[in-house]
Amino acid sequence: MIGLISYLVFFLTISAILAIAVLGLNLQWGNAGIFNGGVVAFFGTGAYLMIILGGPERAGELGGFGLPWPIALAGGAAAAGLLAVVVGLATTRLRHDYLAIATFGIAVAIEAFVRNATYLSGGAKGIRGFERPLEALVDNPFLYSLLYLALTVAFLAIVYAGLSRLVSSPYGRLLRAIREDETAARSLGKNPARARLEAFVIGAVIMGFAGGLYATFYAFISPQDLAPILTFQIWAMLIVGGAGNNLGAVVGTFVVWGCWVASGNALSSLAPQELQLYAGTLQYILIGLIIVVTLLVRPRGLLPERLQVTKRPGPQNTGVVSSAGEQYQS
Amino acid sequence: MIQALFDGVLVGSILSLGAIGLTLVMHILRFANFSHAELLSVGAYCALTFDAALSGIAPVLAELIGPFSMSAALALATLAAAVVTGLTAVLIDRLVFRRLRDTAGPLTMVFASFGVALIMRNLIALVFGLQTERFTDAISFATMISSDPLLLIKPDQVGILVIALAAMGALHLVLTRTTLGFALRAVAENPTLAQVNGIALPSMIRLTWIIGGGLAAVAGVLYGIDNQLSPVMGRDLVLSLFAAAIVGGLGSVTGAMLGGFIVGLASSFAILLLPAGYKPAIPFLVILATLYVRPNGLFGEAR
Repeated sequence: MIGLISYLVFFLTISAILAIAVLGLNLQWGNAGIFNGGVVAFFGTGAYLMIILGGPERAGELGGFGLPWPIALAGGAAAAGLLAVVVGLATTRLRHDYLAIATFGIAVAIEAFVRNATYLSGGAKGIRGFERPLEALVDNPFLYSLLYLALTVAFLAIVYAGLSRLVSSPYGRLLRAIREDETAARSLGKNPARARLEAFVIGAVIMGFAGGLYATFYAFISPQDLAPILTFQIWAMLIVGGAGNNLGAVVGTFVVWGCWVASGNALSSLAPQELQLYAGTLQYILIGLIIVVTLLVRPRGLLPERLQVTKRPGPQNTGVVSSAGEQYQS
Repeated sequence: MIQALFDGVLVGSILSLGAIGLTLVMHILRFANFSHAELLSVGAYCALTFDAALSGIAPVLAELIGPFSMSAALALATLAAAVVTGLTAVLIDRLVFRRLRDTAGPLTMVFASFGVALIMRNLIALVFGLQTERFTDAISFATMISSDPLLLIKPDQVGILVIALAAMGALHLVLTRTTLGFALRAVAENPTLAQVNGIALPSMIRLTWIIGGGLAAVAGVLYGIDNQLSPVMGRDLVLSLFAAAIVGGLGSVTGAMLGGFIVGLASSFAILLLPAGYKPAIPFLVILATLYVRPNGLFGEAR
């Protein structure tokens, strides 16, 4: 029983961490319409920087500054944001699919970098060993995993609340206006390139933050964690949940991660021995199918975006809000 | 140095072939197709299958030609693979992209293309296995052209270069000398105006996929001869193909050809300066440099 519960705690912790990254993507794609093909680059930058800043000293390698955990975590998130500035400055003014290609490229480049820059990242073996926050105070591993779950869920709630406020603020309206019609937004004196860059950077900071929580949880990070499939999983979560809807993003995370974990378990226990080698292959096809089929069949996801309509006082404006959403989406 | 030059030109010729189809699709259908590189794998594995079948039926075809590790069977198999790959591209368009074209924006198609790439790549792995394959087990030895500076060239590599250049030349003739080529260029230039002049857009889109798929198949076979076949070869090449298309300027066939060589050369010369492990990052640096210095590429027009 305790085994099942601790497995559930493990599952929920990873889901909550991924949900934070999905929320970051939802700001970029769901609200500002920015395509990020390299989620894993920002996630990974946050993870590596967190563990380099906050981790113990490693012989012959740079890092191990042993900074307090909150500072290390913030440093990782800031580094992810800095990376977004560099990529964003080059691409947010250009054709939208250039950003898709450039961000996909940065993910490949970052993976190649951490695989080879042994002096900084530990190379292929990664960086192991990290004293997790408050770990010394709680000597029971199960209790600690519960504590860490509570911590990640609290962070998820904070990010969720913050983003919900942001997207319902005038700034959120600006982002959606740019997404729908950049020229019209410009005619109103707005600066679309700047707003897009800001949304891109904020989203990347959130992804880097999630990466830091991920590396903290495992007390380990390696290039394996930066495989491109993570980007596709995070997309699948957002698309299934419903781009533009924060609650949908969180729901989608749990659904898709549940499918991923369940399919992995089913394959490892049911598939014949000779097929075991292909379990990952089958799971990748599953993610690909989830993306394509959702886009074809239910493009707006499980919980479609709800239009935020500013209500003006006055009786004539009540009751028409719900139908407006349908028209705007087409 | 001169070895890096030759290697770069060789890889570049393969990238050029692949990038031409990509740039055409990006220009005419207005979306970045991340599944294009998987068409190279489809083509290569199709050719592998046809080659084995043909060699089984008519062993005389399987004899290697001269110093090359290519046979008449492989040549025929490549042609057949080009057709099948072109049709595969049309089929994928019909199943996925055409439906999304009608209902969703171009970025949704980019999303879908990632999903399609994931499915294609892993289906190939499922059918043909995760291990690498080769077209022939015959080991071809490199001939030393000169010892100082050291230059080693395999006969195959000369063959690859000639075939790639011939394919590009043939495409150039089709695009500049035939009515079909005119029509395709007209659609690329201005779809609405082309339709006013009686050019059927759907058939031009089909033609784009067939040309792109066919060239990708040839590129995939050439890549397979030079290296080896693997289910993840598309994943390894996709960024280089995009880099070639962006350097050349989207929509420009000449640009894609030149871009392929530039990316090939950049990758082979980068190895002289950087550890080999950084090689996957080179196309990204080329893309970033292009976007900062000349965002529309060499031959692209601002849009």
